[in-house]
Amino acid sequence: MRQTRSVEVGTGLFVLLGMGALFFLTTQTTGGDDFSVDDTYRVEARFENIGSLRNRAPVAMSGVTIGRVTNVAFDPVTLEAVVEFVIDSQFNQIPDDSDASILTSGILGSQYIGLQAGGSDIYLEDGSEVMFTQSAIVLENLIGKFLVNAGSKDDD
Amino acid sequence: MTRLIRDIYDSGIEFVRTFGAFQLFFMQLLRHTPTMLVRRFDLVVKQVFNTGALSLVIIMVSGLFVGGVLGLQGYSNLARFNAEDSVGVFAAFGLVKELGPVITALLFAGRAGTSLASEIGLMKATDQLSAMEMMAVNPVPRVLVPRFLGGVIAMPFLAAVFSMIGLFGTHLVAVELLSVDVGAFWQQMQMTVDLEDINEGIFKSLVFGVAASLIAVWEGYNAIPTAEGVGRATTRTVVITAIAVLVFDFMITALML
Repeated sequence: MRQTRSVEVGTGLFVLLGMGALFFLTTQTTGGDDFSVDDTYRVEARFENIGSLRNRAPVAMSGVTIGRVTNVAFDPVTLEAVVEFVIDSQFNQIPDDSDASILTSGILGSQYIGLQAGGSDIYLEDGSEVMFTQSAIVLENLIGKFLVNAGSKDDD
Repeated sequence: MTRLIRDIYDSGIEFVRTFGAFQLFFMQLLRHTPTMLVRRFDLVVKQVFNTGALSLVIIMVSGLFVGGVLGLQGYSNLARFNAEDSVGVFAAFGLVKELGPVITALLFAGRAGTSLASEIGLMKATDQLSAMEMMAVNPVPRVLVPRFLGGVIAMPFLAAVFSMIGLFGTHLVAVELLSVDVGAFWQQMQMTVDLEDINEGIFKSLVFGVAASLIAVWEGYNAIPTAEGVGRATTRTVVITAIAVLVFDFMITALML
C-alpha cells in the first residue's frame, strides 16, 4: 500500500511538472499573451510594399500594441498588398485619417505597423480602410538609391 | 554463386518478415490499449512512474547543460553580427523544435528503453511470461501494453521539461554570465516563437515516444531467452531507437518546413 502510494504521488508530481513545462513553453516563449483580446474591430490598409511583415505582427500606436495583423493578401487588380488587422475595441477613437506605416523594431528586428494619429472627427470602425499608408523601408532599395546619388555626385 | 544469391534472398525475406511482424506487434498493442487504459489504469500509472518520473533527473541535468551550451555557442556566434540579443530566439527554436524532443528521446532510450527491454527479456528468460500463459493470462495486455503506454505518455512531458530547463540554462549563461539584456532575451523570443513551433515539438516528442517505447518492448519480448540474448536485446534497443529517432526527426522536419 505504501509502495503504490509513493508511486502515485511520484507520477502525479511528474505529470504536473510536465504540464507546468508545457504551460511555460506555450505562454512564456510565444507572444500569444501580450495581445489576446476577443473584442476587436477589423481595419484594412493597402501598401505598395510590406517588406517582411507577417501574420500576428503587432499594430502599435505611440509604441503601445493595440492590435495585431490577421491577414496579408495581394490585390491582383491594383497590384498592392492588402493588410488586414484587428484593433482592440476599447481604442475606438482613432481618427480615420490616421496614417499607417510599416516600421522595424530595432535595426534587424521584426516589422510592425505603426499608426500615427490624424486630426479627423470621424473614427476608424469595423471594415474601414486606412487611406494614408507608408511602405516598408527595404534596406536594399535604400542602399541602391544612396549609391546612385553618390555616383551622380561624382559626375558633377 | 547460386548459394550466395540464395543467402541474400533469404536474408531479404527475413528482413521483410521481421518488419511485418513488428507492424503486427504494434497493431496488437494498439488493439489492447483501450481496455488496459480503462480497466488497469493503475498498471499504466506505475509505468509512467518507472519510465517518466525516474528519468527526470537525467533529463533535467542534461537539459540544463545543453541549454547552457546553446547560450555560449549562440552568444559567441551571434556576437559577430552584433545580434547577441537574439540568443534567446536561437536557443528557444533549437530546444523546442529539435534538441528537446531528439535528445530526450535518446536519453529516454538509454534510461528507460534499456530497462524496459531487459525487464521483459528477463521475464521471458525466467519463464514468467510462459507461466502467465499457463494461467490463461495474456502477457501482451498485462505486461507489454502498460509499459508501452507509460513510455508514450511520459515522453512529451519529459521533452517539455527538457526544453524548459534548457531555456533556464540559456538564460543563466546568456543573461547572468554574459550579460545579455534580460528584456531583449525574452521579448525577442516571444516575438518570434509561434504556437506552431511548440506544437511541432510536442508532435515530434509524441512520435519519438511511440517509436522508443515500441522498439524497447518489441526487443525485450523477442529477446533470445538467455543472459546473452537479454544483453543483446538491450543493446539493440538503444541502437535501433537512436537510428529511428534521427531518421524520423529528419522526415518530420522536412514535412513541416
